[in-house]
Amino acid sequence: MVIKRSVEWVDERVGVSGFTHDTLNKVFPDHWSFLFGEIALYAFVVLVATGIFLAMFFNPSLATKIYHGAYAPMRGVRVSAAYGSALDLSFSVRAGLVMRQTHHWAALVFIAAIVVHLCRIFFTGAFRKPREINWWVGLTLLILALFNGFTGYSLLDDLLSGTGLRIAYSIALSIPFLGTWMAFLLFGGEFPSDQIISRLFFTHVFIVPLLIIALISVHLALIWRQKHTQFPGGGRTDRNVHGIRFWPSYATESVGLFFGVASVLTLLGGLAQINPIWLYGPFRVANVTGPAQPDWYLGWLEGALRMFPAWEVRIGGVVIPNPFFPAVLLPGITFMMLYAWPLLERRFTGDYAAHHLLERPHDRPVRTALGVAALAFYVVLFLAGSNDLIAKWFGMPVETVTWVLRIGVIVVPVVAGYVMYWLMSAYRRSGASQFTKVPLAYFRHPRRGPLPRARI
Amino acid sequence: MGRARKLLIGIGTGVAVALAMLTRRHMPEEHARRGSVAAIGWAFLLSFGASVSLTVIYALGGQPQAEGAMLFVALGGLSVGLVLWSHLLMPQGIYVEERKLTFDEPEEMEEAEEAFVEGAEQIGRRSFLGKMLAAAVGALGIAFLFPIRSLGKAPGRALFQTAWKAGARAVTEDGLPVRAASLLENSVLTVFPEGHTDAADSQTLLIKTPPGVFHPRSGREDWSPDDIVGFSKICTHAGCPVGLYQAATSQLFCPCHQSVFSVPEGCKPINGPATRALPQLPLAIDGDGFVIAQSDFPEPVGPEFWNFGRH
Repeated sequence: MVIKRSVEWVDERVGVSGFTHDTLNKVFPDHWSFLFGEIALYAFVVLVATGIFLAMFFNPSLATKIYHGAYAPMRGVRVSAAYGSALDLSFSVRAGLVMRQTHHWAALVFIAAIVVHLCRIFFTGAFRKPREINWWVGLTLLILALFNGFTGYSLLDDLLSGTGLRIAYSIALSIPFLGTWMAFLLFGGEFPSDQIISRLFFTHVFIVPLLIIALISVHLALIWRQKHTQFPGGGRTDRNVHGIRFWPSYATESVGLFFGVASVLTLLGGLAQINPIWLYGPFRVANVTGPAQPDWYLGWLEGALRMFPAWEVRIGGVVIPNPFFPAVLLPGITFMMLYAWPLLERRFTGDYAAHHLLERPHDRPVRTALGVAALAFYVVLFLAGSNDLIAKWFGMPVETVTWVLRIGVIVVPVVAGYVMYWLMSAYRRSGASQFTKVPLAYFRHPRRGPLPRARI
Repeated sequence: MGRARKLLIGIGTGVAVALAMLTRRHMPEEHARRGSVAAIGWAFLLSFGASVSLTVIYALGGQPQAEGAMLFVALGGLSVGLVLWSHLLMPQGIYVEERKLTFDEPEEMEEAEEAFVEGAEQIGRRSFLGKMLAAAVGALGIAFLFPIRSLGKAPGRALFQTAWKAGARAVTEDGLPVRAASLLENSVLTVFPEGHTDAADSQTLLIKTPPGVFHPRSGREDWSPDDIVGFSKICTHAGCPVGLYQAATSQLFCPCHQSVFSVPEGCKPINGPATRALPQLPLAIDGDGFVIAQSDFPEPVGPEFWNFGRH
C-alpha cells in the first residue's frame, strides 16, 4: 500500500511509469563471462565506500613530526604527516586496517576484473558496431583505473611508493622537448617537491573518481540503450534478446553478486596483508627498498623498463632518454592500438555491419591468435618486472634472466599466436560443438583437413 | 583481550542470537520441506549471526582478522541467499525481447538535420559576428591555459646543478662532517653538501676504494684524494638511489631496474638499462682533514632529459 501510494505520488509529478515498466521487464542475457564487468563495477562500489572511510583519517601533508603512535618499532622516527596518519589509521583506528586493506585489494580486483572483461569483449567481438563507443569508454575507464591505482598507493609517502613516484617523475622527464616542463608542472618543481602528496590526494579522491563515475554512467546507459549482446544458438538472433527479466530475477542475482564481491574483498582485507607500509619505512630521498615491485597492473611497465636495452637516441643536441621508449612509447602504442582496434578490424575484414550476436573465439582464429599473442607479450613483460626475484629463485644472474626474457618477449608471442591460430582454425573447420570433440585429423591439417561438418 | 577470546565471545553471541531468532520464528512446516527456501533462509540466518558477531567483536576493541572473517560471512551469506533466491525461486525465462539492429530512423534524422541547418543559417548570415565570437572565445581559451603555468616553477637550470659548491663539506644525513681518515677501505657513505641534507639531487656516495683499484679518467686524477671517490647516488636511468655496493667486484647496483655500475671504471654502466655513467664529484680534503667538494658535478645528475647535453 505504501509502495503503491509512493509510486503514484512520483508518477503524478514526473510521469515515470512507462519507463519504469520497460525497465522492470527489460530482458538481460545471462552467461558466466558477462559477470566480469559487473564484478569491476561492484569492486568500484567497495572502493568508494572504503575510500570515504579512509579519507576521514588520512592527512595528505608532508609536514614532518616524530612518530609516537601505536606501532612500537617506528616510535621516535621522523615521519611525514601523510605516512604517520596512514600508520595511525592502520593501528589506532578501530577497523581501520581492514578498511585500508580491503580498499587496496578492491583496487587490485577492480583492475583485474576490467582487464578480464576487456578480454571477454575482445575475444567475442563484442566491440563491433554498434558498440565501438562503449569499447572506447571502457578503455578510458581502464586508463583512469590504472592511474588512480598508482596515485592511491603513492599517497602514503612510504619508501616503496616514494620510489615509484621518483620513477614516474623520471618517466615524465624523458619526454622529448616537453618532459622537463611536464615533470615540473605535475610535481610542482624538482623531485621531491613538497606539493606532490596533496596534489595526488585531490586527484585520487576527487578528480579521477568523478571521471570514473561519469564514464561508468555512460557505459551502463549505452548497454541499456543498445541491450546486451548474446551468444548465438537456441533461436538467438541479431534482432532479439533472450534472457531473464531485470525485475526481480536479474536485479536480485546482481545484488547477490555485489555482496559476493564485497565479502571476498573484506575477507582479503581482514586476512591477507597488503602494502605493509610500516615494513617499508618512511620515504627518505637517499633510501630505496629492494626488491621493489609495483602493484600487479603496472608490472608490465616495470618489466619493460627493466628489460629494454641500454639504448638512447641522440639527434643533434637532443637526447631521447632510455625510459621514454619502454615507459612512454610502449603504453602509448598499446592504448592507441586498443582504441583503434574496432576501426582496424572492420577495415581489414570489410565487415561494416552491426552485430548483436557474439562470436566464439574460434569463429575468428586470426583475431584470437593476435589477442593471445598480445597477452603473451604483456605476460613476459610482467615477468620481467620481477627479474630480480626470478634470478633469486633460480639462482641465476639477473643478466641471464633479462636476456632470456628479452628473447622470450619476441618468441613467446609468436609461438603462442601461431599455436592459437592452429588450434582455433582446426576447431572452426571441424564445426565441433566443443573443443574437446574436435577430431584429431583437423589438427594435423587445420586448413586442408576433412570437409567441415555442419556449422551452427 | 586476546584475539581468540574476542573471536569466541563474538561468534558465541552471534550464534546465540541467531538460534534465539530461529526458535522464536521457526520456519513453517511447508517451507522447511522445500529445500530451496530452507537453504536461502539458512544463508540469511548465517549472515545475521555474523553481523551480530561483527558488532560484538568491534565493541570489544576490534581485531582485523576476526572483522575480515565476520564480514566475509555476513556479506557472503547475503550473496549466497540472494543468488539462490534468484536462481531457484524467481522466474528464469527464457524471455524474448525484440531489438533493432541499428537505431537510425531516416525520417527523424532528416528532420533533425533540417532543424539544425535552419538554426545554423541564422547564425551564418552574421558572418562578421561569428568571426568575432570565434576570436573572443579562442582568446579566452588561451587565457584559461595560464593556470597550468602556475602549477610549478620553470625548470630553468634546476636540473643542471646541485647544491654542491667549491669547498662545501660532505656531511652525512644527520649533518655530521666526514673525516677522510675515518673511512675504512670499501666503506660506502651517503653524503650531502653541508646545510643541504634535504637536497635530493645532491645525494652522493663516498667510497673508499682499495689502493690501485680506481682508474681515474684523464684530467680527473686529483678528484679522488686518498682513494676516496664521490659519485652521484641517483641512477642515471630512472632516478632511484643506487643503493647497493658489492665490495668484491667494486660494483654499484640499482635495486629498481638492476643497472650495474663499475666503480673502478668511473661508475660506467656495465649492465641493465642505464646508458650513462654516474657523474663524479671532484673531491678534496680540507686543512682539518674533512672531505670537501672542489666544485659541483661536471654534468647533470640523475635521469636524462631532452636537453641535458647542453650543460
